[in-house]
Amino acid sequence: MSDVDKPKKRDINKAKTKVPMREQAPQDRIFNFEEVPLGYDENEATLEALRCIQCKDKPCVRGCPVGIDIPAFLALVGERRFEDALRKIKEKNFLPAICGRVCPQEDQCELVCTLNKPDKGREPGGVGRVERFLGDYAMEHDLTITPVCAAPTGKKVAIIGSGPAGLTAASDLAQKGHDVTVFEALHKPGGVLFYGIPQFRLPKEILVREIDGMKEMGVKFVMNYPVGKAEPLDEIRARFDATFIGTGAGLPWFLGIPGENLNGVYSANEFLTRVNLMGGYKFPERADTPVKKIKRIAVVGAGNTAMDSARTAKRLRPEVVYLVYRRSRLEMPARIEEIHHAEEEGIDFQLLHSPVEIVDDGTGAVGAIRCQEMELGEPDASGRRRPVPIEGKIKEWAVDTVVISIGQGPNPLLTADCPDLKRDPKKGTIVIDPWMRTSYPDTYAAGDIVTGGATVILAMGQGRKAADSIHRFLTTGDPADPEAGQGDVCGNLT
Amino acid sequence: MGNRIVTARELAPKTWLFEIEADHIAKRGKAGQFIILRVNDEGERIPLTIANRDPARGTITIVAQEVGKTTEMLNALDVGDEIHDLAGPLGKPTEIPTGKTVVCVGGGIGNAVVWPQVQALKQAGNKVIAILGARTKELLILEDEIRAIADQVIVTTDDGSYGRKGMVTHALDDLIDSGEKIDEVITIGPVVMMKFVCRTTAPHGIPTQASLNPIMVDGTGMCGACRVTVGGKTRFACVEGPEFDGHQTDFDELITRLSYYKPEERASLDHHHRCKMDEAARALDRQA
Ligand SMILES: Cc1cc2nc3c(=O)[nH]c(=O)nc-3n(C[C@H](O)[C@H](O)[C@H](O)COP(=O)(O)OP(=O)(O)OC[C@H]3O[C@@H](n4cnc5c(N)ncnc54)[C@H](O)[C@@H]3O)c2cc1C
Ligand code: FES
Repeated sequence: MSDVDKPKKRDINKAKTKVPMREQAPQDRIFNFEEVPLGYDENEATLEALRCIQCKDKPCVRGCPVGIDIPAFLALVGERRFEDALRKIKEKNFLPAICGRVCPQEDQCELVCTLNKPDKGREPGGVGRVERFLGDYAMEHDLTITPVCAAPTGKKVAIIGSGPAGLTAASDLAQKGHDVTVFEALHKPGGVLFYGIPQFRLPKEILVREIDGMKEMGVKFVMNYPVGKAEPLDEIRARFDATFIGTGAGLPWFLGIPGENLNGVYSANEFLTRVNLMGGYKFPERADTPVKKIKRIAVVGAGNTAMDSARTAKRLRPEVVYLVYRRSRLEMPARIEEIHHAEEEGIDFQLLHSPVEIVDDGTGAVGAIRCQEMELGEPDASGRRRPVPIEGKIKEWAVDTVVISIGQGPNPLLTADCPDLKRDPKKGTIVIDPWMRTSYPDTYAAGDIVTGGATVILAMGQGRKAADSIHRFLTTGDPADPEAGQGDVCGNLT
Repeated sequence: MGNRIVTARELAPKTWLFEIEADHIAKRGKAGQFIILRVNDEGERIPLTIANRDPARGTITIVAQEVGKTTEMLNALDVGDEIHDLAGPLGKPTEIPTGKTVVCVGGGIGNAVVWPQVQALKQAGNKVIAILGARTKELLILEDEIRAIADQVIVTTDDGSYGRKGMVTHALDDLIDSGEKIDEVITIGPVVMMKFVCRTTAPHGIPTQASLNPIMVDGTGMCGACRVTVGGKTRFACVEGPEFDGHQTDFDELITRLSYYKPEERASLDHHHRCKMDEAARALDRQA
């Protein structure tokens, strides 16, 4: 890699495209659960960072849900000051190794990047890739940039749910000197980062390390503790000075078509949980939770969860993996990189098809999936063109497994037991004011439980905002930020 | 928050009772609710009903029958050992009426669930008749415990080795025919048994709750593995149940869904046994 060697300080890299990232080849990676993109080395990261022209306008900062000073950290990387760059990111985002991997950069910072001119063949700065590099750099060099915590305030905060929203809020509040306890219903912390997103996309070691760092900061973790059941919310509120709810959007939706309860039909959550959280791919040698031997599988949906399910299935070595989606490629909500990786791995995309029935093989198990062919009509409320059925065009694929991945609703585990906590009557999401405060004055909420299924970075951004409000509430009695205008929260994020 | 085992007792062949330290579950758990446990870090999450609670001692009691690798490993634990993970209480508590006559029909390991229900029903001032079924005398569990609280106990065994010979449904039929005014039936046991209990009560219009035991993974409403069809609608048993109107329940679907992993469960158990044999062989090797 001699041409990449040792870029000089303040060089500008005029390359139109991003420094390519090495990846495991598709033909190899479908036989393992190791990570696919291998990351930048120091030189590649420096070279990519030097593509940033340090424009005055900095649209990327506005494009970032947590407002990371992107040009600043890229400039530092350009000078090979990796540790300083990391500190810069950590001012706003304490999980760079994770966000660099899972953020939809193409819809956020990179979308609005001044460099981004697809018509001229020019790609935006590789913000996500450099961010990921820094996160990994910290791990490889064992740099714990554990923030210094303020002197103890004597105030106690309960965090319910340990997904990205809860972890961010917990970390921020611990830094401010509060005594923080995280309660999690499952046996491992991390929420979707642990049970949903597969190992080959987000190695679990990264998460474990970040959580260990939080424990060093004094954050307490209580696992296996479903709040609402193990202890009513009111009693938690009585024991703590403030409470934060980040219980996520864990309730899987089904299609409501015949055959959905046949053996071999899974929600994406069940499929991914069996494989990821419970390590089902190691069954029976090194894990006790079974995953069925799959020959032919159809995954329904086209979001990140669907891509994760399809690619996870592929690694269980079936003959074929179909991905069935009722709209076209353009409307697929997944990150571009995931769609691209899925294609490379040989996932068979069946677009413009909507399942109408899952057919019984005669034993109560899945035999086939029957789909209605669709075409695109007028745009709907979401701005995407609405799929409409083409009369009489029905297709059927023989499969033994179907994974339904069409989204999920707010987790009812907690809210079911506190009827007077105000919720959106239709969506079931928790209602909050501009300061992330719920209808209980000492209780705040953020993440998917507020927005419905969204993204890691939005959950983190909201978790941070809620932590700021809680801090003000605990110190002044009022969560409102006197320096800000009316907060721009929640409603616009869904 | 360790979950130490304080009592371990064999109730019947391959069926063990454990009393485990779990303070908050002992305080908040209610009849009909369950816990989910794992025996080690690679372990499966399995649901088990809370059979008894002792808030003063901060303990709960569970009863486990060996049916697979996890329950076999669980039953190999002893007093002083810790349960790796224990989450709960989960599920909705049994709805307990007051001042009614309620018949609890249990079968096999299901009698472990009848026990807390009889307690709760008695405390709420109901007349409680328990019908306890087992294949044979030595498999009958918790008879003494339930006898101590129920107003009446009828035991049936399939082979007639104890109590009355035949199925629980025969005893239930006779009870109904005897003119006993029954306001409600609660049933828990093998799915086929519950199905026939519901068939027995349906013509008489006796409301019947069945406690369903589908496969579960998380037990927190997050995966849908526990889907059951009740009244034509899909319900998640772990959060909306486990008790449902038995007359509306699709038991045949439940039976099919429960059978799905049978081959894998066997593979897991076989693997476990092979490992144990290998271990034993290695130990012998070392000695030699
Ligand atoms: C498979 C999959 C792939 C995804 N891929 C991406 C991606 O590539 N990029 C991206 O940006 N986003 C992605 N998302 C979305 C993203 O993961 C979520 O938006 C984000 O995790 C939401 O964070 P959260 O903290 O609000 O909730 P969650 O991560 O859902 O965490 C909530 C936690 O709360 C716990 N909990 C619930 N109820 C209780 C209770 N009563 N007591 C205690 N604990 C409770 C839950 O067990 C869970 O651990 C993906 C989602 C899935 C499912
Ligand atoms: S066991 Fe997962 S939703 Fe019920």
